[in-house]
Amino acid sequence: MTYQIVVCAGIVPDPLQTLEPVSTPAGPALKNETMLPHVLDPWAACSLYEAAHLAKQFAGSKVWLVSLAPKAKLQQVIMTVAQKAVFDLIALDAPSSGFTDSAAVAAILADAIASLPALDRSKLLVFGGWESASRSSGTTLQILGERLGIIEQFQGVDQIKVLENGALEILERAEGGCHQVSVCDGPPAILGWATGNLREPPNNPQVGMANMRTLMPALQRAKSTQLAAGNLAYQSATLPKQQRDTRIVKDLPAEDIARELAAWIRG
Amino acid sequence: MDDKILILAHTEPDGSLGKAALDAIETGRAFGGSLAVGLVGEKALALRGVPTVYVVEGPEFAQSRYASDAAAAEALCRATGATLVLAAGTSRWTRALPGVAQRLDGRIDSHVTAFDGGRATRWFYRQRIEAVLTRGERPWFLLLDAGLPYQSRDGEPRVERVSVALPPLRTRVTGIVAPKSEQQTIRPDADLLFVAGAGWTKKQKDGQTHVEEAGKLVLGFLAATRASLGSSKSLVDLSGEGQSVLPFLSHLNQIGQTGATPRHPKGLSTCCHGEEPHVVGWRFIQERRAVNLDPNCGWARGKADVLYVADAFEVIAKLNALLSA
Repeated sequence: MTYQIVVCAGIVPDPLQTLEPVSTPAGPALKNETMLPHVLDPWAACSLYEAAHLAKQFAGSKVWLVSLAPKAKLQQVIMTVAQKAVFDLIALDAPSSGFTDSAAVAAILADAIASLPALDRSKLLVFGGWESASRSSGTTLQILGERLGIIEQFQGVDQIKVLENGALEILERAEGGCHQVSVCDGPPAILGWATGNLREPPNNPQVGMANMRTLMPALQRAKSTQLAAGNLAYQSATLPKQQRDTRIVKDLPAEDIARELAAWIRG
Repeated sequence: MDDKILILAHTEPDGSLGKAALDAIETGRAFGGSLAVGLVGEKALALRGVPTVYVVEGPEFAQSRYASDAAAAEALCRATGATLVLAAGTSRWTRALPGVAQRLDGRIDSHVTAFDGGRATRWFYRQRIEAVLTRGERPWFLLLDAGLPYQSRDGEPRVERVSVALPPLRTRVTGIVAPKSEQQTIRPDADLLFVAGAGWTKKQKDGQTHVEEAGKLVLGFLAATRASLGSSKSLVDLSGEGQSVLPFLSHLNQIGQTGATPRHPKGLSTCCHGEEPHVVGWRFIQERRAVNLDPNCGWARGKADVLYVADAFEVIAKLNALLSA
């Protein structure tokens, strides 16, 4: 049993950065976006680690990372990511802004996946994060799946297990801290990952060296792509105005703090 | 407004309509006009107070599954000719409706917090930027994070049953994994969110860690208040790395950038520094208090209403005694 696992992962500003929206002729954008340090989209990164883990269990499996992002920024991010998992990169040079439309992004990703050489749909698993840390909509993978004709779709995935008969047992997040358990006959399937159960792999220079042979040519080949805006128009993009006037309580005995908190909780 | 509105709702495993679905219906009612409700489930419900109810029912639709849910929603949208489709942002609809929008050559927006019939408000960059947008494409699907409080009304609706041509179903739902009720720490309807930060597992004044004591204090607080338990990413990551940490925490408890954004009237943070990636998950917590030893932590910078600079071990022990008395 082997799998062809395609991981869709964009890049996003480092979560510790301060973000400020600005208005541009093309719509909202982030101030100094090109200067902000970026990271691989966190939930999509979890899906990459899960993909690498699955591929390792089934010899002959292969992982692709399809990333739609500005080429220069992607190159910076990928140098770190390449040390954590073995993959072939498919780079697509386009804006990674959260204000782009998921339908336009899905269309480009679907075309890129469909044109992968030697793609065998009976082995195809498309992974990604269930929501990005930029658009945060959780809609791209489903649209992509429809474009590829894949209707076995799962979102908020925390676990995949291959059963003896080749079926896939998948745990998806459901309301109230529960997981829904589903059994899918097998690929092709779309899995939008939540955090999963694996920790971030440590950097492995040997993996990085192995990846590097294919990464740079892939980045050089990256086609510049336009994202269709359609009839999406933004009227405003603003930071939340709510800045609280924090009361800082120092030197109050624990008993008094507890009494104040108890009254607040009961009130 | 010229749009034809369809509210999509699915039944819960017990056959009822969930609060989020009812609130979505109320939101649609506010627009008046040719409102229709599309119901999906094993068995149709008697819903009153709306003009028309379109029903897809059958045992295949009892399960929350992309292939059958998407087929049902597609059939309902085609039967009604809806141009605006509203639905609660449940895990079931969030999974299925983006694909339905694609099938109908429409567009979709999720996590919508306000909609006035033409303009939708939603958050970007994980609750860090709020934007108002419009779309010319139809049908336009909107997954609502919050709706208007449902009010039951009289009035027998016209009911139309819609048949669905299902594709071969290759997925079956085999169950739900839920913690035992006494171990369930995630309570979406709780009045209070209690966040346990990484500080609970760090060395204390005596130079030792007190993880067991921390666990008892946290569980004691939850038992006394029935609060929902959240955690910061660092604490969840520690448990993923097999370290001795609070054993009842999982990734599902995580709040923030790569976790949940729960809605509770109050939130109490303990032993957490209030860094931005965590605090973005507090966007919809109305009253916020924090207990932390660092007076310059993130909570002090306008993110909490009150910051108590104190030892959470001492405070929560006293607080538990008061609450249990």
